[in-house]
Amino acid sequence: MLPFSLPDTRHRLLMPVLGVLLACAIGASLALGPVALSPARIVAALAGQGDPIASAIMLDLRLPRLLVGLLVGGMLGLGGAVLQGYLRNPLAEPSALGASNGAALGAVIAIYFGLMEWHAVALPLMAIAGGMLALALLFALAGRAGTPLTLILAGIAVSTLASAGISLALNLSPNPFAAMEIMTWLLGSLENRTLEHVWIALPCVVAGALLLLGSGRVLDALSLGEDAARALGMDLARARMPILLGLAIGVGGAVAVSGSIGFVGLIVPHLIRPFTDRSPSALLAPSFAAGALLLTLADTAVRLIPTQAELKLGVVTAFLGVPVFLVHLLKERHQW
Amino acid sequence: MVMIACDGIDVPLGGRTVVHGITARLEPGSLVGVIGPNGAGKSTLVRAMLGLTPVSAGTVRIGDMPLRQWDRKALARALAYLPQGQTLHWPLSVGRLVALGRLPHLGPLSPIAAADRTAIEQALHCADVLHLAGRNVLELSGGERARVLLARALAVGARGLAVDEPLASLDPGHQIDVMELLAGEARTGTLVIAVLHDLTMAARYCDRLLLMDRGRLVADGPPATVLTADNLARIYGIGAFIAADADTPMIVPLGRVPASSHKDMA
Repeated sequence: MLPFSLPDTRHRLLMPVLGVLLACAIGASLALGPVALSPARIVAALAGQGDPIASAIMLDLRLPRLLVGLLVGGMLGLGGAVLQGYLRNPLAEPSALGASNGAALGAVIAIYFGLMEWHAVALPLMAIAGGMLALALLFALAGRAGTPLTLILAGIAVSTLASAGISLALNLSPNPFAAMEIMTWLLGSLENRTLEHVWIALPCVVAGALLLLGSGRVLDALSLGEDAARALGMDLARARMPILLGLAIGVGGAVAVSGSIGFVGLIVPHLIRPFTDRSPSALLAPSFAAGALLLTLADTAVRLIPTQAELKLGVVTAFLGVPVFLVHLLKERHQW
Repeated sequence: MVMIACDGIDVPLGGRTVVHGITARLEPGSLVGVIGPNGAGKSTLVRAMLGLTPVSAGTVRIGDMPLRQWDRKALARALAYLPQGQTLHWPLSVGRLVALGRLPHLGPLSPIAAADRTAIEQALHCADVLHLAGRNVLELSGGERARVLLARALAVGARGLAVDEPLASLDPGHQIDVMELLAGEARTGTLVIAVLHDLTMAARYCDRLLLMDRGRLVADGPPATVLTADNLARIYGIGAFIAADADTPMIVPLGRVPASSHKDMA
């Protein structure tokens, strides 16, 4: 018997525990809200046999909101875990490659030109297009054989360019209401999300997550550096494609339906890491589950905190995220 | 058995050619030392032999096949590589890090199997780091880290092993251990290529030395024929006490000699 544990034999409890917590959070998210509903009415409404008011609250408000939150939170958590592993940088988050800001710019353009009056899906579709454009620009800047460092630099360039575009839209917005609408959307929220939003986010997140979940082995090998990873049989040029595509499609789709929700992608991998063997591959699926859990809890909290205007989710995640992250960094500082 | 044959290879790096026209055939079961001053192209030559950097002229053959026809995974199982001065990025345990050496043997979803565990334990034992297995790799001393990284390369279980400066930051006892280990691997039929700076260690343990200078192979043969006073003065610019063909060969650098005058003579 070895005097240490190999990856496959430790931390077996992490996923089951996350699963139980996630089930509790889903229950809480469906059960709690400004309107109190009895468990019997909730179950009846979900089963399609409830009274009209309960059905409307459950099926049109809480359920889509929950589903969008699960998809967005999971995607941001997974995206953060993959990007931290790929760039070998514990401070990386999904927005580092510019896909988030690109998607936000697409959405802002849709708001600016009032495209939603034409159809409600115009905004998320424009956001996805923005995310993809940002990725194309990233590829053009970083070149075919981009190293993590050139990717970070190109990502900063793309990201800054997109946020300049957002500022321009605010600058030129014809009236304060349009500017207000843009600002509100940028804060990030799951308010008033419909099943249409779920159907937009679902394929993006599923495709993105599938592309990213396969990268565990490459990320593990990369923890030894690029030369060693290649000597271990990894084709780094080929491995880069699914990672970048997965991030652009998944994160672009997530931002498209929720606005910019920061810090989830940054902190979730850090929260999970102590419960794993700390290899990048061990973080992937748990980060998806934990991201979904965190966003569902934060969104439930947002609905329950009594404020005049409902708090924006992006505001709450940032307020929660910064202290958690600081405490974590101080505790783990010696390890970097 | 792995044999590596370079035929007239030029290797470019960052726009200039740093290795010029090297031809050498490295036989299985030998410990080949690659020596030379800083910037002579030793690491680049080794990286080209492993297919980690492209050659601009000439060919590299591994076994009976040209390098570029090798499947990446198969090549990774045949040749293990310990890069020089690796940076580590995550606070993995030593056991987990060494297990990474088994990656070329794993399918996309297959777990680490019993055979892999044996190979990992053996590698930890060989590099004398079994007692460190549960420790965080980022909290090790420089020498412990070097041995852990060597264990990672050994865990691949390849028939060819290329190590770049494996003795850096090791204490004398562990330097001898590592050289004994590499020589032992060679005796079992493995081809071991080691980039070295310690000339005494190179003389004592290597079967053959490749001496490089400014990208060219300037001497190739048994240590006693390569580590001559003339070569040391001409290539390294040093004078040395030499007992290269003694029972326990010894090369002790004594001082600088004006390198330029020797180069003019040559």
